[in-house]
Amino acid sequence: MIRFQVVICEGNACHCAGSAHLKEEFVKKIKAYHLEDSVSIFSNACFGFCDKGPVIIVYPDCVVYASLKPEDIDEICQKHLIKGKVVNRLVLGDITPEEEQKVIEYQEANFHIKQERSVLKNTGIINPKNIKEYISRGGYFGLYKALKEMTPEQVIEEITKSGLRGRGGGGFPTGLKWKLARNNKGDVKYIICNADEGDPGAFMDRAVLEGDPHVVIEGMITAGYAIGATQGYIYCRAEYPLAVERMNHAIKQAYEYELLGENLFGSGFTFNLEVRLGAGAFVCGEETALMASIEGERGMPRNKPPYPAESGLWNKPTVINNVETLANIPRIMRKGSEWFASIGTEKSKGTKVFALGGKINNTGLVEIPMGTKLREVIYNIGGGIPNGKKFKAVQTGGPSGGCLTEKHLDASIDYDTLIKLGSMMGSGGMIVMDEDNCMVDVARFYLEFTVDESCGKCTPCREGTKRMLEILEKITRGAGTIKDLETLTSLAHSIKDSALCGLGQSAPNPILSTLEHFKDEYIAHVVDKKCPAGVCKALIKYYINDDCIGCGKCERNCPVEAISGTIREKHVINTDVCLKCGACALVCPTHAIVTQ
Amino acid sequence: MITLADLEKIKSENNFKENLRRKKNHYRIIVGMATCGITAGAKEVYDALEHEISLSGLKNVEIGEVGCIGECALEPIVEIYNSKGTRTTYCKVKPEDAERIINRHIQKGFVVEELLLVKNKKAGKVE
Repeated sequence: MIRFQVVICEGNACHCAGSAHLKEEFVKKIKAYHLEDSVSIFSNACFGFCDKGPVIIVYPDCVVYASLKPEDIDEICQKHLIKGKVVNRLVLGDITPEEEQKVIEYQEANFHIKQERSVLKNTGIINPKNIKEYISRGGYFGLYKALKEMTPEQVIEEITKSGLRGRGGGGFPTGLKWKLARNNKGDVKYIICNADEGDPGAFMDRAVLEGDPHVVIEGMITAGYAIGATQGYIYCRAEYPLAVERMNHAIKQAYEYELLGENLFGSGFTFNLEVRLGAGAFVCGEETALMASIEGERGMPRNKPPYPAESGLWNKPTVINNVETLANIPRIMRKGSEWFASIGTEKSKGTKVFALGGKINNTGLVEIPMGTKLREVIYNIGGGIPNGKKFKAVQTGGPSGGCLTEKHLDASIDYDTLIKLGSMMGSGGMIVMDEDNCMVDVARFYLEFTVDESCGKCTPCREGTKRMLEILEKITRGAGTIKDLETLTSLAHSIKDSALCGLGQSAPNPILSTLEHFKDEYIAHVVDKKCPAGVCKALIKYYINDDCIGCGKCERNCPVEAISGTIREKHVINTDVCLKCGACALVCPTHAIVTQ
Repeated sequence: MITLADLEKIKSENNFKENLRRKKNHYRIIVGMATCGITAGAKEVYDALEHEISLSGLKNVEIGEVGCIGECALEPIVEIYNSKGTRTTYCKVKPEDAERIINRHIQKGFVVEELLLVKNKKAGKVE
């Protein structure tokens, strides 16, 4: 039976300090003492005690030994691993419980190391169905402070000072938005939480709603108090049934604990909250369309101004904030604006949650301070590109954003830098692409999405996006011309200038940014009639190279009998008949079937 | 009406790390049950763990569900806190692993090595 587990740190620092020798020595000693059956050894990522390296941890006691030399191993084996006594001489000195926790957190691989968890502080730690666990982590104390110790103006001032900007993508200063709504006269005002997260590949808001619903409720009450709203709506898409269920449960609990309703904390402030469901229209993430949808109208945007802060829901002053924006509020109230402003860059404060997806090893949610380098997110936190492929581009901001390429890897992630580079922060989807992705096809994919989701109210978006998609399809079919690229560019610019809402105005972005960074790929499609990445089916051809051993497997698996040849001789594909389904390439034992 | 004192009381009574420390030799098992986890089979894992706990009659374990831990590619994820506040993360857990986890980790105090998150995760490097 395994009695002890020895974990050796293999971070760079410990490696330099000789952790590899340590491991060899351990293996030797364990053999010598016949401990193979009771001790297991494995190496691990950095524990974070780099100046004390090499470091090991012995489980189950969780003892940390530091600054080890190969000659210490014998003592550890004799005393700890055989007799079960800790070698005090070698234990990392003065380790506090916090440090011990740190060891374990570091042990949990690089994914967590570089992250700064603020919005996601509770998600994955507390039970979202239990309000007590939220309160035990400091929840609702910020609200108490705001309601009892501050005036609404002071709350707005605090948020303004923190430098918080809208996390939905646009990056409008939250404090300013609240101030505008506060200053507009109105007997009734509303606060809306925009939880209509629709970007392909983005799921940050869902994680917050499902994992920590009370943080959103607390943020909304605070916002309501600041602008003078007594009614709030959470506009959540119906495709998130679990989020809706947990949110409704959380609201019910908050009412039970008198954290929603009348006279909160005896301050005289009343606030009510309701969840409203969207019906799966992407355009309803646009604020005016969202409000129309809550009112029971068809979800279509209208002209701005008037802005929602002047005349919003039912023509009353309204503030619409994204889930993540609101999730930041409670902690700013509790810890103060200076704390928040100390994180991030000069103009982009705080942290941002990203949903990492696509061709990356560690897909999932990451929260990083603003200003982190793209390279760090992709290679350190994301673990790089799978299968040793080459990084090509990362798409940020979903269908409204653009691509960043290899030369942007050292760019800092903040609102202004991303805009400058022709992309945008967006809500936080980050889709990584490798050399096997065709950029024309990527642009076509996003356009297909916007054409589907265009509400049809304004002509540039309704007709223009469709025309752009047709041109892109023509190019991927191999029928495009150089003239098409010019038409595409001018069309893109005029849609950008003339569409009614954000959806149409940003729809050409994927085209413009891929055209800028990957012009050569477009040229290859229209001039050489080739798809360099081998994605556009009409432009690729399957053929069999000299590695063919003539086994005939491909011939038997071809659904249209396009492959012929005699056994033990090289086979050929009849490209006129070939469907390009790729079935042959899958079964070929020598990988002799390739695309051109 | 809820007061600050009430909040403080709830806070001090429900700090799970404090509670674990007080009770000594207690464990808190949490299962990531957001959409990503449930799709990967977290509900079945949760039920299996609950079943194992009731079978072995353990009284020093509490089990609960939490939201997304962020490692969506490695779901279902199970985390165990011990009385020292130490957290162990297991990933890609299947219902049939529940027995091992309860038997080895909770009853005998050993980490189930092959399920450790760190062993299943690709380490990142700057290129």
